[in-house]
Amino acid sequence: MAVTTTRATDLGMHTEQLAGRTQQRFFRPEEQERFTHPQAFEVDFKKRAEFDVAAMTPSEVNLILRELMSQGVGTIVMKNPGAKHSLAVGILNRLNLTIEGSLGYFGCGLIDGPNIRIRGRVGWSCAENMLAGTVVIEKNAGSTFGAAIRGGDLVCKGDVGARVGIDMKGGTIIIGGRAGAFCGFMMQRGRMVILGDAGKNLGDSMYDGTIYVGGKIAGLGVDAVPAEMTDLDVQWLERKLKMYGLAAPRGVKNMHKISAGRQLWNYDNLEPAEKKLIL
Amino acid sequence: MLQSLKHRGPDSTGYALYGKPHGKELVIRLKVAEQDEMSKGFAIHAQVKERRAEIERRLGELGAKILEEQEATEYAFRLRISYDGDTRRLADYIEDVEGAEILSIGHGLELIKDLGDADRVASQYSLRGFVGTHAIGHTRMATESDVDIRSAHPYWAYPFADVSVVHNGQLTNYWKGRRALERRGHRFVSNCDSELIAVYLADKMTQGSTLKDAMKASIEELDGVFTYLVATADSLGMAKDVMAAKPMVLYESDRFIALASEEVAIRSIFPHEIDTFDPYEGDVRVWRNN
Repeated sequence: MAVTTTRATDLGMHTEQLAGRTQQRFFRPEEQERFTHPQAFEVDFKKRAEFDVAAMTPSEVNLILRELMSQGVGTIVMKNPGAKHSLAVGILNRLNLTIEGSLGYFGCGLIDGPNIRIRGRVGWSCAENMLAGTVVIEKNAGSTFGAAIRGGDLVCKGDVGARVGIDMKGGTIIIGGRAGAFCGFMMQRGRMVILGDAGKNLGDSMYDGTIYVGGKIAGLGVDAVPAEMTDLDVQWLERKLKMYGLAAPRGVKNMHKISAGRQLWNYDNLEPAEKKLIL
Repeated sequence: MLQSLKHRGPDSTGYALYGKPHGKELVIRLKVAEQDEMSKGFAIHAQVKERRAEIERRLGELGAKILEEQEATEYAFRLRISYDGDTRRLADYIEDVEGAEILSIGHGLELIKDLGDADRVASQYSLRGFVGTHAIGHTRMATESDVDIRSAHPYWAYPFADVSVVHNGQLTNYWKGRRALERRGHRFVSNCDSELIAVYLADKMTQGSTLKDAMKASIEELDGVFTYLVATADSLGMAKDVMAAKPMVLYESDRFIALASEEVAIRSIFPHEIDTFDPYEGDVRVWRNN
C-alpha cells in the first residue's frame, strides 16, 4: 500500500517516533487499516430481525446485537428494553436500529455509524463519545446527554436534563424542548441546538463551537457570549431541523446564538515569566 | 423497585413505610442489637431478651400502654403503643437501654432496615402484606461508613414522629449544620449526612415551616450535591441541588407518583410505556396524600 505523506509531514512536523503502548499514529486516509474496527461488520439493510430483551441482561443484549450484525443483519428492532443500562453500545458500523421503549444510563455509547431511533426515553449519558451516525429519541433524556460527542447527530425531541454536550468535541446535538444547567460546559467544537429554554451557566468555559437557543436562557456561563446569527446559521438550522421534523417555536431567525468569548484561550508554549514580558 | 436497584449496592436495604395513622397510637420500630452481633459471643441472646424486657418496663414507667408487640427478628421489634406524652422523652429513655436504637416513631411511619438486598429484608420483616399510602426506600453500598443497620438508610428524624429521608449525594457543610442542630438540642445516631437532612427538615417544620418551605430553605442552606426524598405522615417530597448533580427520574400521574435514581426501578412496576422526566436543578416538589 502506497503511503502518501501529509502536508504536515512534508513541512517537517510529526517526525517523532514514539514507542510502546503510547505509540502515536497520524491520520492518513490511505491507510485503510486505521479505519477498520475489529467489530465493524458489513450489513444489508434489507436483512431484518426483531428480538425481545425483557428477560436479558445488558451484556446478553449487546452480544446478540453483535451476533446479528455479524450475520449481516442491517435492520434490527429491539423490544422491551425496560430502561436497562448500557444497551446498544459500541456499534461500529452502519445499522438501522429501532428501540421500542426506554433506555437507562449510557445507552448508545461509543457508537460509530448506526442510525438509532428510540421510541421512549433515555437516562443519563446517552450516546456518550458518539463518533458518527444518528440517534433520535422520541421522548425525554437525562443529564450529560451527548457527553464528549465527536460526530453525528444526536436528537432528543423532548426535554433533557443538565450538562448536555459537556466536553462536546464535534457533531450536532438537538433538543426539542427544555435543557437544564451547564449545557455545553467545556464544549470544544460542534453545534448544539436547544429549541426550548436553557438552564443557567449555558456554555460555561466553552472553548469553541456554537449553541443556538430558541427559548429563554437562564444565564450564560463564563466566557460564553452572544453572537450574531448569520444567513449560514439560518440555512443550516432550517435544513437540520427539517431533517428531524422539528421547528423553532419563534422561528429560526429569532433564536439566540452563543459562542465562545475566547477570553479563556491560552494556547501557547510560553513560560509564565515570558508571558509577563509580553503582556 | 428496590430489588431492581440492587446493583447500586446490596449491603443494606431500608424501607420507610407509611400506613394509615390510628389516632394517638404510635408505632415504634427498634432494634436492640446489630445483626452481626447475634453471631458473636455466648451472652448476646440472653442480653437481647433483657434489653427488650427493660424497654417494656420503661415504656410502662412513662405511661405508655403496649397494644401490640411483634418480633420481626430476634433483635428487631415493632411496638404499637398508646402514648400521648413527650416523644423526645420517650425516645431518649428507651435509647438509654444498652444496645437499643429506635429506627422510627410515628403515627403512620414504620422504618425497617437491615443488611442484605431488598428481597431479603422484605422477607425477613414480612413486609409484603403491608398496606399503606406511600413509602421511600434505599439500597446501600457502604462507602464512607460501616455495613450495619445504624448506617443504613432511610433515616428517621429523631425524635420527630413520621419524618424520614433518603438521600443520594454529599453535604459539604455537614458538620456545621450538625453542630447548629445539636446546639438546638437535637442528637444524631450516625455520622451520615442524610440524617442531617431529616433532622434539619423536621426542625424547620417544628418552627412553623411547611414541608415545602423547609425543603426550599434546604436548597439554599445545605451545601454540596444532593438529591433527596422526604416523607411525612401525609406527604412525599423531593429536592434537587442547584447543580443537578445527582440523578432522579420522576413519573407522575393522577393516581401514582414514582421516583427513583434510575428509571429501571420505575419500569419494574410499570412495564408498559410511560412518560418520565428528570426534575431540574433546584427543583422542589411535594405531593400530599388526600
